[in-house]
Amino acid sequence: MAALDQRTLDLVNAQQHSIVQNWVASLSADVQEGRLSKRELDAQTAEFWTLLLRAIASADGANLEGDAWADIRRFLEDLSRERVLKGFNSSETATFIFSLKRPLFDVIQAAASPETLARDVWAVSELIDSLGLQTVKAFQSTREEVIQRQQEEMLELSTPVVKLWDGVLALPMIGTLDSQRTQVVMESLLQRIVETGSQIAIIDITGVPTVDTLVAQHLLKTVTAIRLMGADAIISGIRPQIAQTIVHLGLDLQGIVTKANLADALALALKRTGQIVTRAA
Amino acid sequence: MERIPILQMGDILLVTIQVDMHDQLALTLQDDLTERIRQTSARGVLIEISALDIVDSFIGRMISTISSLAAIMDARTVVVGMQPAVAITLVELGLNLTGVSTALNVDRGMKLLQQPDDTRHDD
Amino acid sequence: MTTEGTLPVRNEQDVVMARQTARQVAVGCGLRLVDQTKLITAASELARNAVVYGGGGKMEWAVVQEGLRKGVRLSFVDEGPGIPDLDLALTDGWTSGKGMGLGLSGSRRLVDRFELDSAPGRGTRVSIIKWA
Repeated sequence: MAALDQRTLDLVNAQQHSIVQNWVASLSADVQEGRLSKRELDAQTAEFWTLLLRAIASADGANLEGDAWADIRRFLEDLSRERVLKGFNSSETATFIFSLKRPLFDVIQAAASPETLARDVWAVSELIDSLGLQTVKAFQSTREEVIQRQQEEMLELSTPVVKLWDGVLALPMIGTLDSQRTQVVMESLLQRIVETGSQIAIIDITGVPTVDTLVAQHLLKTVTAIRLMGADAIISGIRPQIAQTIVHLGLDLQGIVTKANLADALALALKRTGQIVTRAA
Repeated sequence: MERIPILQMGDILLVTIQVDMHDQLALTLQDDLTERIRQTSARGVLIEISALDIVDSFIGRMISTISSLAAIMDARTVVVGMQPAVAITLVELGLNLTGVSTALNVDRGMKLLQQPDDTRHDD
Repeated sequence: MTTEGTLPVRNEQDVVMARQTARQVAVGCGLRLVDQTKLITAASELARNAVVYGGGGKMEWAVVQEGLRKGVRLSFVDEGPGIPDLDLALTDGWTSGKGMGLGLSGSRRLVDRFELDSAPGRGTRVSIIKWA
């Protein structure tokens, strides 16, 4: 990306008031729709403008990865995060940057000579495009981060650890599992075992259609960890497809007890913990 | 020299590890425990580790060694109170404490030690 | 806020210090409990290796950033005899002493990034990173 030459920089500096005014005006649709308050928009544009002037004036002006642009990169990350949480999409967010082009072009056109016009417009265009792409990149990373966190929270809510009986916990797992989520859920199971002093944990995967190697390994590691701590685990609800996957992958269940369904697993758990359920006379 | 205290409860020795042990301290504990088992003819050793945030291969080796030495002297060892994060890490590290019994807490550990052990000789 | 530092790792007390420093940095960086535990355990293994096999050395720690994620990087450096066969050293069960042979290979499984640079006569440098 070419650095802007001194003449263009001077021009932008001189006309900054009208540039920013026109820029903010073009973004007013968001304010009208109530997604952003005027105060927020003014603050964000003012801050970005200050950072931009500082960055383009520095020697490092051409390289977006350089130190001179660190503050702007951080600003764009924060902006993206805020927009993600407000429900904006990536192009709406990038518009914050791209709508700066028109005001800048207008100023350059008015003051440039025919020879320099093309070059100046190109330099500004390149700069804004790079910043716009940076914004989209930051937006996507942030959105993934937010989604992941929301998924974890949803998962904790939707996969509660249930106390089935004295000393017996159950973890009914539902839906397709991925490695990351499985880890989070398993950690909370271990925590509950310690908190409740439960002797047996039943991990029920009736509601899980398929299991891949990583998830299967996590399941096995979790059971091993449970045993290391001094409790035990039963896996119930293994569907034929999953059983096939396990055999196919050559996974060694290492003496882990499995039961076809939760009821059978509970019966075994009660027996193991020395409890008897009798019918009332 | 600092040492980790060993409590005697009937014929069971109880050790609670609450400090971040440097290697020498761990070895001293090993020696002290085996000596106490000999002195008291203890039947069981309970090692309480709920305060340990970390169990690395050195501590793991210490626990396994204590368990083996105790077994030679006809005493059983139970490790109690392992924290979930520690258990997960040990599994990932690949350290399996073979031959070491574990229980969730002191209460369970004591019950385990009081159960008749099939491999015990008749006195 | 300091984001990096070095401490000597020459004896077993230093190994304890290394663990405690690793914990402080990990907590400050916002690592989850399980990740903290894994990192500190790896640090303990590697620090001990530096003392026992490397004749003593140092641990360099730093908070690092890659894109939007933050993490802890620990490097264990010693001027010891070096490791002659890296592949062998990284297999479970290998040991040059009376260890369980899990220090290196085990530590690698506990962290997100693991770099080992060692050769006879050149000492050893092991760097690990755990992301928050």
